[in-house]
Amino acid sequence: MNPQRKKRLFIVLAILAGVGIAVALALSALQQNINLFYTPSQIAGGEAPKDTRIRAGGLVKEGSVKRSSDSLEVDFVVTDGAADVTIRYQGILPDLFREGQGIVALGRINQDGLLVADEVLAKHDENYMPPEVTQALEKSGMMKHYEGGKQQGYAQ
Amino acid sequence: MNWTWFHKLGSPKWFYEISGRWLPWFAVAAVLLIGVGLVWGLAFAPPDYQQGNSFRIIYIHVPAAFLAQSCYVMLAVAGLVGLVWKMKLADVALQQAAPIGAWMTFIALLTGAIWGKPTWGTWWVWDARLTSMLILLFLYFGVIALGQAISNRDSAAKACAVLSIVGVVNIPIIKYSVDWWNSLHQPATFKITEKPAMPAEMWVPLLIMVLGFYCFFAAVLLMRMRLEVLKREARSSWVKAEVRAQVETLS
Repeated sequence: MNPQRKKRLFIVLAILAGVGIAVALALSALQQNINLFYTPSQIAGGEAPKDTRIRAGGLVKEGSVKRSSDSLEVDFVVTDGAADVTIRYQGILPDLFREGQGIVALGRINQDGLLVADEVLAKHDENYMPPEVTQALEKSGMMKHYEGGKQQGYAQ
Repeated sequence: MNWTWFHKLGSPKWFYEISGRWLPWFAVAAVLLIGVGLVWGLAFAPPDYQQGNSFRIIYIHVPAAFLAQSCYVMLAVAGLVGLVWKMKLADVALQQAAPIGAWMTFIALLTGAIWGKPTWGTWWVWDARLTSMLILLFLYFGVIALGQAISNRDSAAKACAVLSIVGVVNIPIIKYSVDWWNSLHQPATFKITEKPAMPAEMWVPLLIMVLGFYCFFAAVLLMRMRLEVLKREARSSWVKAEVRAQVETLS
């Protein structure tokens, strides 16, 4: 490569490195704002701001879903394995909502530490399988083991 | 390593000849792969245990998203070659690839929204993956607009090359957004180091679709570049001879 091209290549790479570092610094400064939701541990640790609408995300705890008999109100506990947050929601839940599923709820935490949500979104994980495989897993009792593995994704 | 092929790319005439030979292969491969992948993925692959049939949009969404990002990396490489080696063909490639990349980004965003409504419960959420992908779309718009706005070809080429190279920092952000931050979008199903979190009867048609999209991209890009080369070299004798030959076969 001739010296002039080498110089130009060096300038371009230096610009790219500079921009890369600037963006990396900006993103790490904005770390908290880019996160879509707080995990239950972060909320328990006081990292989430009070008196404002926040998003909480985690897995719906097994056996924690309590539906009201005369309204659409539903209470459930979201966990990341280390801490729990109870969520109250009134409305229609997404199709994927079930126990063990990852969800993100948007709402305000009241005095009792209860998150009153006005939006609940289901979070899909990266695993795909045909229904027959799921049935086989359930039959052999491996589904619990598989679902347990997902919790690690939320425990940070 | 033999670099003669690289230096030969400096000659538009050589590019025009060699691309004419490659084009039919890419076109045929694209039609076959996308045809097979679509029928296999949409009709024969098993449904997902949770999402049922709505997961099948993955056979469009994932190839489009892959291609949207690869295309931007290609833009940056073309920009680098254009700036450092002053190769005119690099600018042709950059300008002609940008609209294809923008369409692929748009398709990825659109199919993602259509999938998000039944799965997540919302069309759009400002999480890191979705937002960085939207920024990619705007970067493509920027490159296209900049290329059209500056009338001097060399200045336009330089400006677009710089924007493409600077914008490439967004690509790792898109890729790792789901790992670095809490996002609604799920992490990658396919990782180089691990086996995919999906059975083979689901990912084989997906792989075919991805290959098909890349072949489609290559074919469309070559067609667009060949036309642009003819336009830019319109005054040279080989283009005049080529156009005359084309007109004669038509009439």
